[in-house]
Amino acid sequence: MSIGIIGKKVGMTRIYTDKGVAIPVTVIDVADNVLLQEKTLEKDGYRGVQVGYDDQKEARVNRPAMGHFKKHGSETPKREVREFRLADGEATPETHPGIDTFEEGQWVDVIGTTKGKGFQGTVKRYKFAGQPASHGSMMHRRPGSIGCRLTPGRVWKNQKMPGRQGNYNRTVQNLQIVAKRPDDNVLLISGAVPGARGGYVVIRPAKKKNAPAAK
Amino acid sequence: MNVIDKIEREQLKSDVPDFGPGDTVKVHTRVIESGKERIQIYQGIVLSRHGIGVNQAFTVRKISNSEGVERVFPIHSPKVAKVEVVQKGKVRRAKLNYLRGRIGKQAMQVKQSKKAKDA
Repeated sequence: MSIGIIGKKVGMTRIYTDKGVAIPVTVIDVADNVLLQEKTLEKDGYRGVQVGYDDQKEARVNRPAMGHFKKHGSETPKREVREFRLADGEATPETHPGIDTFEEGQWVDVIGTTKGKGFQGTVKRYKFAGQPASHGSMMHRRPGSIGCRLTPGRVWKNQKMPGRQGNYNRTVQNLQIVAKRPDDNVLLISGAVPGARGGYVVIRPAKKKNAPAAK
Repeated sequence: MNVIDKIEREQLKSDVPDFGPGDTVKVHTRVIESGKERIQIYQGIVLSRHGIGVNQAFTVRKISNSEGVERVFPIHSPKVAKVEVVQKGKVRRAKLNYLRGRIGKQAMQVKQSKKAKDA
């Protein structure tokens, strides 16, 4: 485990490599990540750091929260505060490395909240096939049967039914840092990332693919 | 300025000639064969231009061995080395999909633009 970075999804575009391959990329703004509290083994029972991102009006936070930000050297309150665990023997960084947390070509995991879809039926939510639309059929997008009769006399657990869809926390593993743009403070990450534009995402080194990719 | 606009603008080619549907063009494409790069030329009529900015592309149709062939080229891709306008065409619509149904001589004929005729 090591320190990651909080960012905001800006949108998607494409990048042409020198060989002419077009890579779809997500642009993620990672400006001004600051280190806040340090979690120590003695006090908290584990080692980690708290990271804040995106400035917020002072009037929008309460005084205890403001005190917490001031105490740890941040003049402005932050909208998003996340924690990253540190591995044993890993040094605690003095400042957040910002965009230099990752190198070009490195594999990362991106954690975000997916777009909320609201209350959806089974056709959209679970890809049920649906039934005929016409010729007197009144079953078009209905879920159909949800179980048997006297045996078992109840609906099985985990039966797929309509309900809320989206707005889940999701991790996308093994995406690659295609390019870094320190002037704009953005990272270009291959492929799609959960959430809408403007949504917060956490980028951390890939858990399952750690060797930096050969370019 | 929007960061995405900026990233896309950096990738735009500045030397793209002015061409549109109905024009006959030669597209010089970079082909890598057994480690060597060479230029391959594809000539045909532009059926349409679509997309915007870095995503802009165009469709070129030609008749090859009496079989219609269409290729879509992203304008700003490094693989498209050059676009050469051979002949300007005069057409009244943006998408020339009606050419697909044509057979024989007609299939590759579009009215020449007045400028091209005079020249």
